[in-house]
Amino acid sequence: MINLHSLTFAYPHSTPLFDSFNWHAGRGETWAVLGTSGCGKTTLLYLLAGLQHPSTGQILIDGTTLTRPRPRTGLILQDYGLLPWATVRENAELGLKVRNFYGADGVHTPQDYRPERDVTPWLERLGIHKFADKYPTQISGGQRQRAAIARTLALQPDLLLMDEPFSSLDAVIREDLQRLTLELCTENGITLVIVTHNIEEAAAMGRNILLLSEPPNQQARAFKNPAAGEDGHRESQEYHVLCQTLRVELSHETA
Amino acid sequence: MKRRDVLLAGLGILVIWQIAAILVDRPILPTPVVVLEVFFRELRGELPSHFAASLWRVLAGMLLSVVTAVPVGLAIGGSKTLNRIFSPVIYLLYPIPKVVFVPIVLLFLGIGDLAKITVIFLILFFQIVVLVRDQAAGLAPQLLQSLRSLGAGRRALFRFVYLPASLPAILTALRQSVGTAVAVLYIAELFATRMGLGYYIYYNGSTLLDYPAMYAGVLAMSLLGLGLYFTVDWMERKLCPWKFVG
Repeated sequence: MINLHSLTFAYPHSTPLFDSFNWHAGRGETWAVLGTSGCGKTTLLYLLAGLQHPSTGQILIDGTTLTRPRPRTGLILQDYGLLPWATVRENAELGLKVRNFYGADGVHTPQDYRPERDVTPWLERLGIHKFADKYPTQISGGQRQRAAIARTLALQPDLLLMDEPFSSLDAVIREDLQRLTLELCTENGITLVIVTHNIEEAAAMGRNILLLSEPPNQQARAFKNPAAGEDGHRESQEYHVLCQTLRVELSHETA
Repeated sequence: MKRRDVLLAGLGILVIWQIAAILVDRPILPTPVVVLEVFFRELRGELPSHFAASLWRVLAGMLLSVVTAVPVGLAIGGSKTLNRIFSPVIYLLYPIPKVVFVPIVLLFLGIGDLAKITVIFLILFFQIVVLVRDQAAGLAPQLLQSLRSLGAGRRALFRFVYLPASLPAILTALRQSVGTAVAVLYIAELFATRMGLGYYIYYNGSTLLDYPAMYAGVLAMSLLGLGLYFTVDWMERKLCPWKFVG
C-alpha cells in the first residue's frame, strides 16, 4: 500500500529529517509511528498525505507515485479541523460536498465516485447522531473527534492517516476511540497510519510500530505487535514488555 | 438584550426629551409630541422621497463596498505575499477619517448620487477589508490542511472555507460602521443636492426655520440608522446562528 523509496526530505536550512529512507506498509495493516518531538513523524504523515513533497526519492501509494493529495487518503489531525460555523452533520458532509463540487474528476475525487450526501449511517456508527444539529463549540472534544472521523470515513478511504488524534482527550474516551478506530479500519479494510508520541498508544493501536529517531532517519526500525486491538491486549504480558522495549529505545534517543 | 428593554429605553429617551423641551421652552427644541405630529404629517408629504434617496445611497454604498472589499480582503488574508505588500497601505489609509474626503470626492465625481455613494463606499470598504482579511488570515492551518486532505483545491477552499468565514466579518464590519456611514451621508447631503434627509434637515432648520420639520428629519435619519443597524443585527442572527449558541 505504502512504499517509500530512498526518501529524502529536509526543511530549508536544517538537518534532513529523512535521508534515503525506505519503508513499506502492506494493505490493511495498522501502523503506529512513534517518536519524540522533532523526529519527523508529523512530516512523514504530511508527506504521505501529499501535502509535503520529498526533496528526492519516491512515495508510492497503491503503486502510484504521489504528487498531490490523493482522494482515497483520509487525514485526521489533532486539532479536529471542524468548521466552527457548521453543525456536526454539515461538518461530516463536508468531504462529500467537496467531492460533489468537483464531480468524479479523478484528481480531487475518485473516478468511480457516485454523488452521495447521506452521512447518517456514519453519524450513527460513531454515536454522534444525537448531536447532529449541534455546533462544534457545543460538544466535547471526543465528540468533535468523532465528527472528524465520520467526515473522513464517509469518503470511504483506503488509507487513513492520523496525527496525534486522541492526545487531548481523557484516558477513558481516548481508549474508547482507539478501539473504535481499529474496529472501523478492520471493518472497512482501511490501512491505518497513526502518529503518536505516546508509547502506550503506539503499543495499543499499532499491529506494526515504526520507531523514528533523532534526524536524519535512515533506516526504518519496525516492531511487530500482532495482538494490538484484541480484547485484553492492554493487560497482556506482551504489551507491557513491548512498552518497556519502546521506552528503552526512546530513552536512548533522548539520552 | 430583550426587546422589552429596548422599547423601555426608547420610551425613557422620549420622556427626557419631553421634560427638556418643557424646561427649555424655546422653538428650537419642540416637544416629541409636536415633532411626531409633524413627522406623521410629513410622511404624506415630501419626507418619504427624501428618506428613499438617502436609503438608496446607503444601500448602494454598502452593496458596492461588500462586493469589492470581500474579494480584496480574502485575497490579502489568504496570501502571505499580498498581505505583506498591502497591509502597510491599509495600515496608513484605514485610520484616516473618510469624511475629510467628502469635498474631494464631490470635486471629482460631481453633484450626483455617485459622489455620495462613493463617500459611503470609502468608509465601509476599509472596514470590511480589514475584518475580512483578519478573518481569512486567522483561519486555523489545521482547518485548511484537513480540507485539502479531503480533496479540496483552491476553488473548494474558497467556496467552503473562505467565503463562509468572511460572512461574519462582513456583518460585523457593517454593524460597526453603518452608523458612521449614515453620519457621513448627512454631511455629503449638505452639498449640492435637493434630495436626501441631510438636505431636508438642513433646509428646514436653517432656511425655512421650521424646527418641528427639522426634528422630523432628524427622527427619520435616526430611524434610517437604527433600521439598518437592526437589519444587520438580524441578518447576523439568521446567517451566523453558530455565533449565538454556547
